[in-house]
Amino acid sequence: MKSKGKKNQHKIRIMPFVAIFLFLLLGIIGISLGEPSRVLEQASQICLSCIGIG
Amino acid sequence: MELVRKWVQAVFFLVTNGYWNFPVTRGIYQGPLKVICSPGLNCYSCPAATTYCPLGSLQQLLAGIRLAIANGQFFIGFYVVAGMGVIGAFVGRMVCGWACPFGLFQELLHKIPSPKFGIWQPLRYLKYVFLLFLVILLPLLAVDEFGLGDPWFCKYICPAGTLEAGFPLLLMQPGLRSGLGLLFLNKLFLLLLFAGWAVIASRPFCRTACPLGAFYALFYKIKLVKLHLDPERCTNCAACHNVCPMGVRFNESPDDMECISCLACSKACKFNAINLEIGGLPLINQPGPSPAYRMKKTPA
Repeated sequence: MKSKGKKNQHKIRIMPFVAIFLFLLLGIIGISLGEPSRVLEQASQICLSCIGIG
Repeated sequence: MELVRKWVQAVFFLVTNGYWNFPVTRGIYQGPLKVICSPGLNCYSCPAATTYCPLGSLQQLLAGIRLAIANGQFFIGFYVVAGMGVIGAFVGRMVCGWACPFGLFQELLHKIPSPKFGIWQPLRYLKYVFLLFLVILLPLLAVDEFGLGDPWFCKYICPAGTLEAGFPLLLMQPGLRSGLGLLFLNKLFLLLLFAGWAVIASRPFCRTACPLGAFYALFYKIKLVKLHLDPERCTNCAACHNVCPMGVRFNESPDDMECISCLACSKACKFNAINLEIGGLPLINQPGPSPAYRMKKTPA
């Protein structure tokens, strides 16, 4: 009974949370450097390379 | 579940391409939503696009990194990589199966009746070469006399850009047509190649050439939401082999980097051996002893 109970136990994986936290931290660094405004500026212009004429 | 997935794909397509005023403005959306990362491959120069394409933005930032640093602006791509990373750590390549407009495009093409073929497995590694060289190294290192690089993947390969941005913008802005040349013909050829290939093979662009899929695939071990194989329930009947749109043999490699968690295998498995788990916890607890376990225990 005891071993069956152990078998059915599920272990929570920590790594996804660590990765999400680290990337969120990276995002905060990016925001503090002002990257979103640059991204917005780029994305608001027509990318001629994407179309295939630039 | 397949119907649910189709609805989710449609919703993501409409949300990331939700600017329907473009026939009036004859231009692209320029509002504040474009600071949000598109989870799937969706060109930000598509007139209807409401979000930025992480691949395009990353290449543009890397291509202009020298100029930015010279101006005292440290735009290195942290924000863009963080957006991709958070999505990757949450769901990995589930994005490809549930939220990518170009994935949906290929799936619809694959429904056209025709003889169907597989894809040579080693071609899957090409997308990692594209990610490393065309998205990162070449935009960063191959620069002109002003220190500016090119978005190599967007410029020479990306068929999503040709389809979503090229065609509508060339129709709406005749002035752009004067710039048409070999570059456009190359991209048009690649779009037709992948579109034709998608009719006879399942998701060829995702499987061979998409650097965004390659980036998300790097999270195959650690992503929060993933498919889990219960070895006690699995009978190795191989029912999961034939239904996988990515050519994954799930019972043989449950952590395959190609898995897009579309749940086709889960639906095909009669023994409930394949289930979605979140952070190690199963989404659905299958009741009772497994059929496979019972079969193993039954005396011959």
